Amino acid sequence: MDGLIAGQVPRLRRYARALTGDRTRADDLVQDTLERAWNKLHLWRRGSDIRAWMFSIMHNVFVNQIRQNQVAMVALDDDVPEVPVRATQTDGLEMRDLAAAIARLPVEYREVILLVGLEQMGYEEAARVLGVPLGTVMSRLSRGRERLRALMAGATAPALRRVK
Amino acid sequence: MSDQSNTVPEADLHAYVDERLDDARRAEVEAWLLAHPADAERIADYRKQNAMLKMVFDPVLDELLPPQMQPQARRWSFAPLLRHAAMAGWMVLSGVVGWALHGADAGKPGPMLAMAKQAAIAHVVYTPEVLHPVEVGADQEAHLAKWLSKRLGGSVKPPHLGNVGYELVGGRLLPGNQGPSAQFMYQDARGQRLTLYLSSKAGDKGETAFRYALEGKVGVFYWIDDGMGYALSGEMEKPALLRVANAVYRGLNP
Repeated sequence: MDGLIAGQVPRLRRYARALTGDRTRADDLVQDTLERAWNKLHLWRRGSDIRAWMFSIMHNVFVNQIRQNQVAMVALDDDVPEVPVRATQTDGLEMRDLAAAIARLPVEYREVILLVGLEQMGYEEAARVLGVPLGTVMSRLSRGRERLRALMAGATAPALRRVK
Repeated sequence: MSDQSNTVPEADLHAYVDERLDDARRAEVEAWLLAHPADAERIADYRKQNAMLKMVFDPVLDELLPPQMQPQARRWSFAPLLRHAAMAGWMVLSGVVGWALHGADAGKPGPMLAMAKQAAIAHVVYTPEVLHPVEVGADQEAHLAKWLSKRLGGSVKPPHLGNVGYELVGGRLLPGNQGPSAQFMYQDARGQRLTLYLSSKAGDKGETAFRYALEGKVGVFYWIDDGMGYALSGEMEKPALLRVANAVYRGLNP
């Protein structure tokens, strides 16, 4: 049973990193999620989708953390998220822009975009994970992607680029 | 042509972005986008968002896990340093071999194909090993099965392949993309080696048919049975490998 949970850890870490934009916060989130999962494993129905179950636990933990600590939610302009570097120099800037833009999205949009785009969940599964209706997932996806597009366009416009 | 004046629902555009449309519907959406350049540009940007997300964050999947995230960390805490060092070494190696094998499939590998690739890499790494081909030898078969079952979180037992001329050499635990994996090694009278790779999280399916992939000189038959992923690798012709794959399957389902 531990193996089932352990198998999800790399994906949970990837999602958490994108969600929080910060390695330490992400690993804390994963750790809290794992502890909840281990303690609640008896509630998981054998044969049902372990991924959806664990991601919904992470969603709940994350939302609770935000509620308890509203300050952490505010994305500051200078707050450059930590992202793993595997980019060449030319696309490096755009990559960092993406991570920064993600961090500035409202949490509701961020979660849907990441579950669908990064974790490649189906829309129904994302709805189950987040505990919202399918229509809500679709409208958040639509608005979120458009917002992200606008943020990226702004970030790559030379006039807006900050010069140090 | 009349289709092109109709609008495509926003949900279908996103399903197009996420590659969730069937071929017929995808063709319709593509035709509609050709006639609507502003939407086409928007949709192309959304696709780029997905691609960039994968590019930026997928490397997290390959990072070493902090010790406290490993399941056994809860129960006992003997120094995991040595194991980490071994894993790091293995991952560097598999990175190199994986890069060398890369050309073989440029497409988007599913979890099963990723497992086949991991199996082929592990095969290439360990079969030439003379001194330490396995961690636990066939002389301790019961211990080997118990140990690997515990680590993979399922019943793991090396099938006996004597009827097709292969004897068990032993097995080892390996890091996999989806958690711990195992490798059993077999050898025939001429010293030809085969490996059977097992992964308890190879995909979402409970069962699949045999599939075949070729990674360089290494042929791989891979399948999922009862939730466990199996990949049999060997440097031999496809029919000969299939004969062994069938024997493995029979050995696992007596």
